[in-house]
Amino acid sequence: MSADDIQALTAQLARDPSSLVFLPLAEALRRRGQLDAALTVALQGAARYPEMAGAYDLVARIRSDRGEGDPAFDAWTTVLRLDPDHLGAHKGLAFLCYRSGDHSRSLRYLKRAVELAPGDTALRTALERVREAANAQRVPGYAEPAPDPLRALEAEPGLALLVDPQGRVLAGGMRAADGSDAGDAVAAALAGVSREAERAARLLGLGPWRRISIEAEPANFELRTPTIDSVLLVQRPREVPGGRLALLADRASTAARRWLEELR
Amino acid sequence: MLRELLTGLTRIAGVRGALIVSGKDGIVVAETVMEGVDGRAVAALTGSLAARMRGVTGALGHTDPGLLHLQGPDGGLFAAAGRAGLLVVALTTADVNAGELRLALLRAAERAA
Repeated sequence: MSADDIQALTAQLARDPSSLVFLPLAEALRRRGQLDAALTVALQGAARYPEMAGAYDLVARIRSDRGEGDPAFDAWTTVLRLDPDHLGAHKGLAFLCYRSGDHSRSLRYLKRAVELAPGDTALRTALERVREAANAQRVPGYAEPAPDPLRALEAEPGLALLVDPQGRVLAGGMRAADGSDAGDAVAAALAGVSREAERAARLLGLGPWRRISIEAEPANFELRTPTIDSVLLVQRPREVPGGRLALLADRASTAARRWLEELR
Repeated sequence: MLRELLTGLTRIAGVRGALIVSGKDGIVVAETVMEGVDGRAVAALTGSLAARMRGVTGALGHTDPGLLHLQGPDGGLFAAAGRAGLLVVALTTADVNAGELRLALLRAAERAA
């Protein structure tokens, strides 16, 4: 696309900010290497159309080009929330996982991509390469210990709870102020929180939500989304500093993500 | 007085808007927001989110949340509970000093009534 074309699209978007022309414009800017401008246009578009998977896919590709792995991962994860069969997101996530050395996760995303596009020979070739790389990592005689988020979650029972989007308990438990088991009740309440947080974050232009911190009495809480279809709640007494609680929640979230992927 | 409270919050770098919101129904009581920020949307969404959070803490027999902070890669939403069911709310960029804003919000929430 020529510079004149980009200028024309820019003018069109300025005249009508609600136009979908932001998609080809941001893509053209990305291809020309104008990544800052591309990102600005794509983010504004995604904020305007928070339910459009294609807008977040564009954001993810631009972030990836900028070498921003985590935000790109978040954006493609959002794409999969909106459209679980989005081929580009599966490919993008496979690439990011491969780049970070996580070959087994990369393999999972690539397998799904091949299922979605069985005639794509390039994808099949990539799948074989990643499969070889994943196998090459294994050392004969060494059995990798199974990831166990429950060890992190249940070291102190009643302080961390992992639930699915339907509000059902996946792991852990949550103890009420009086010491009773409140896991099921909290799990049910968390299903609504996740949906509400996602809506608020999108509509307010915050991007896909990553964390929620809550201060209450007698405990503080941290919420995370280890995967697109799970929510983790961690509580600690107020005496535990907020930054430390956030780190504990991050660690438990990472462990929970690995555990869930292993289960699948 | 409410306006003064909000102006103090918006002086903190990274705060795009500050509002007093009725926590029960998510209606704006007072606001100071930058151009492009829809105060009514912020209020409504914050009210809904806070209500959901009350469900979580309530299920545990804890108090209503005194402060909540929703964080995304492109910004954050903070809400501190004041008197009479009011929420003091701030919409921020991603690089705001969360510690400074937290203290300011808690102070403002004590005075908001």
